[in-house]
Amino acid sequence: MKKLDRKQIAARVARDIPEGAYVNLGIGLPTLVADYLPKGREIILHSENGILGVGPKPAPGEEDEDLINAGKEPVTLLTGGSYFHHADSFGMIRGRHLDFAILGAFQVSVAGDLANWHTGGAEDIPAVGGAMDLAVGAKQVLVMMEHLTKKGESKIVERCTYPLTGARCVDRIYTDLAVIDVRPDGLQVVEIIDGLSFQELQKLTGVPLKRLATAA
Amino acid sequence: MINKFVASPEAALVDVPDGATVMIHGFGNAGMPAALIDALIAQGARELTIVNNNAGNADAGLAALIGARRVRKILCSFPRQADSWHFDRLYRAGEIELELVPQGTLAERIRAAGAGIGAFFTPTAYGTRLAEGKETRRIGDRDYVLEYPIHADYALIKADRADRWGNLTYRKSARNFGPIMAMAAKCTVAQVRETVELGELDPEAVVTPGIFVKRIVKH
Repeated sequence: MKKLDRKQIAARVARDIPEGAYVNLGIGLPTLVADYLPKGREIILHSENGILGVGPKPAPGEEDEDLINAGKEPVTLLTGGSYFHHADSFGMIRGRHLDFAILGAFQVSVAGDLANWHTGGAEDIPAVGGAMDLAVGAKQVLVMMEHLTKKGESKIVERCTYPLTGARCVDRIYTDLAVIDVRPDGLQVVEIIDGLSFQELQKLTGVPLKRLATAA
Repeated sequence: MINKFVASPEAALVDVPDGATVMIHGFGNAGMPAALIDALIAQGARELTIVNNNAGNADAGLAALIGARRVRKILCSFPRQADSWHFDRLYRAGEIELELVPQGTLAERIRAAGAGIGAFFTPTAYGTRLAEGKETRRIGDRDYVLEYPIHADYALIKADRADRWGNLTYRKSARNFGPIMAMAAKCTVAQVRETVELGELDPEAVVTPGIFVKRIVKH
């Protein structure tokens, strides 16, 4: 069994984004998805700070301090893109206009609760940004993360121990081991990486999984 | 004749009192009115309540205002950044108060103030610690949190072009909080790249109409 690396997880998520989708990519790991979106599809990326039609990084020397993404990195605007103010931008999010929000996570629970903004540690300065708005607002919330913590504990849990970003908001989880749907009747494995059996995946994951007939 | 042009950033902020609530436009450095913030530091007002998405980057602008210990409280969504060391130091020392607000709720609370809305219910943050102690209500099949507007005494914003009536255009993603902060403050001061004659701005392209703007400084 060879776990997917970060780029491979991003490529796997990108495959599932259809033509015409409006998508917000969270800061960090989800930002990588932009590099793997299928070339033939028109997919419109949204940035919280007021951009639809976010394009690739500018060439060196072409950066514009007035044109940045939510991670405050320089970006470009695609032909057909637009700018708008923050209240409209979050109206798009909360108003259920975005097809997908792709977010990183510390933990996801069986019920689809998401924890991704704060470790809860007394020493940590909390920062939430747009995560809570994306969690409740997008039509579908896709999480991408490593399956296990550095200590080998499952990040898919019965109940989140970190502070919640949103309750019952996650639709699908992409990890370095599997693709898992969050359904009202529990977690359903859609796909497992080569060389890992369902039983082995179940053993690594802290909570009961169901097996889709077509999953390896 | 209406003329909102003011000679200097210092002249535009001469009357900011101690204890004022000041909205500062910008998302990181995009849209941050650096000349107005420098003037506010020089002016000396203390015990300010600041509204911004962040809590300053590196040593300039909002970070410098915080570093100069002029800020009693900040309302923002994302204070912690790799280079927010002035805020981090004061926060850890208990010398600055933080009201952490989800970014969309921050924007809507600002918008609500400008639009005369008394309060609103939002689904954001329901069931999280940022909704603790707040009134909630189930409407239809969803749960919502009651949020109140954020009013300000001053809004310091950065725009691209302005005429003497105060009509403003913005540039790219530097628009961010400008239009809504301009509506939410009693006195909105705009730092602009260029001032133009009345009639030179395409009325279809004006983003902030002059009714929301009191003073304009070219910088």
